[in-house]
Amino acid sequence: MCGHWQGGWGCARSDPQAGREQALSAIVEFDSVGLRYGTGAEVLRDLDFRLNRGAFYFLTGPSGAGKTSLLKLLYLAQRPTRGRIRLFGEEMSDAPRDVLPHFRRRIGVVFQDFRLIRHLSAFDNVALPLRIAGKSEIGVEGPVREMLAWVGLADRASARPATLSGGEQQRVAIARAVISQPELLVADEPTGNVDKDMAERLMNLFSALNRLGTTVVVATHDVGLIASTPGAQMVRLEHGSMVDTMGTLKNPPPSPHSQPRGHS
Amino acid sequence: MFGWLFASPAERRLLPGGRFRGPTPFVIAIMTFAMMTVAAAGLALSNAAGLVVQGIENRYAVQIPAGSNDLPRALSAALSAPGVITAEPVPEADMRRTLENWLGPAGVDEQLPVPSLITLNVAANADLAAIAARIEAAAPGARFVAHREVLEPLLRAIRVLQWLALSLVALMAAATSAAVVLAARGALDTHRATIEVMHGIGATDVQVTNLFQRKIALDSLAGAVAGAVAAALVLLLLAGGGTAFAGDLMGRSPLHGYDFVMLGVLPLALVVLATAVARAAVLSTLRQAT
Repeated sequence: MCGHWQGGWGCARSDPQAGREQALSAIVEFDSVGLRYGTGAEVLRDLDFRLNRGAFYFLTGPSGAGKTSLLKLLYLAQRPTRGRIRLFGEEMSDAPRDVLPHFRRRIGVVFQDFRLIRHLSAFDNVALPLRIAGKSEIGVEGPVREMLAWVGLADRASARPATLSGGEQQRVAIARAVISQPELLVADEPTGNVDKDMAERLMNLFSALNRLGTTVVVATHDVGLIASTPGAQMVRLEHGSMVDTMGTLKNPPPSPHSQPRGHS
Repeated sequence: MFGWLFASPAERRLLPGGRFRGPTPFVIAIMTFAMMTVAAAGLALSNAAGLVVQGIENRYAVQIPAGSNDLPRALSAALSAPGVITAEPVPEADMRRTLENWLGPAGVDEQLPVPSLITLNVAANADLAAIAARIEAAAPGARFVAHREVLEPLLRAIRVLQWLALSLVALMAAATSAAVVLAARGALDTHRATIEVMHGIGATDVQVTNLFQRKIALDSLAGAVAGAVAAALVLLLLAGGGTAFAGDLMGRSPLHGYDFVMLGVLPLALVVLATAVARAAVLSTLRQAT
């Protein structure tokens, strides 16, 4: 698997012991977290859970349950109004603004509304995380081409988002989220605009990433998607609170996918 | 230090809209033009004042009452006084010609009594009281008047105008800063979606700021060059007309080499100011967000 991703993904973590330790440690820890926007009611309350490194999670719940808000906390777009959040072992709740970019670069995000930069080509959109991380143009070209080919958009590299279909835009957004092989991938309804085949391919991509060590959190309504991803754990939100009927949230069992990177 | 000025093509693509669009280049051009012309006027005034002061410094007039025959004695006393470099009587005909300008034909009427005048040029460290006492002893009733004293109101007016010019330059710099702040905020609003995405995938405030800073710096530079060229043309035009007259009055060009250097630095200073203000405004706006 490593070989397939050599272009931009690499196999950085080759120490098996370190990999196993990482697989067992928490990548995300929420401690009595609450979130409210302005002076409104809390949209998230008393969230108290941990996500293990290298695991695959589905975040489900009805519309308005707070899934997107929870994801915003995960990808550091929001700070909690109360409680503590630890990400990658570091306290994030009141981390200085200047350190956040460093952590955001370790997170890949697929936004529900894609958030592609409309005046940039598909290539430039996908290349953006690498360029922001300071990669040279020589180091950008190969991985981006490879990534675009993988999501089936090799021939649309120079197309702007407005000329792409919804599904194509979705795939560009996903390519952008995973191009820098993030440690944590957060996806908000990533298969909402693609056909069944493409949804399956994208989930295979997420699974491949997960096997390489990336922790994946996918918010979705698609029960079929959850069923087709064996070993994934489900986190359910209702009215801003965790519904933990299976008892899997506070101490989830190790995922069959949670192999250390480089040992897929 | 200036790495932000050299963006890659990919970085340039992040902020579309083409170069030199929007209000910034025009505002900077107008401000540069106004600042340079006002500054040139201020500098010319300053030089004129300097020349006037240089011309009247240490120069005095001794007024001997009309009808007195003390002029030769007063002249002799003045010439023998320590510190007096030159002492020259003003010919009566010259004085009457001057009076004619004010009084018409009555000025040259022999019936009109005219005092005798001696102009003195004294050394900088001369004892003025001793000179005045010596002349008064030779010519009782003689008045000792400093040229500077006579021209002081004019010099004061020139100084006020100089300060006014300097204040106008400062005000225009402040107005330019305010315009740049507005332009920077407008640009941030226009590109809000891009900034949100960039932040979301790990761009630092400094990375985002560099994009805007570079754009505003280039816009400002273009505006400053245009404004400076226009101001230079106007000043050259004036040099062929109005200031030639001023030059005649002063005996030389109203602006010196050093003044041209200062005027040349002004547009560059404005670009530096606009760039620094843009950086501060963008950074501050970004830090207020999220």
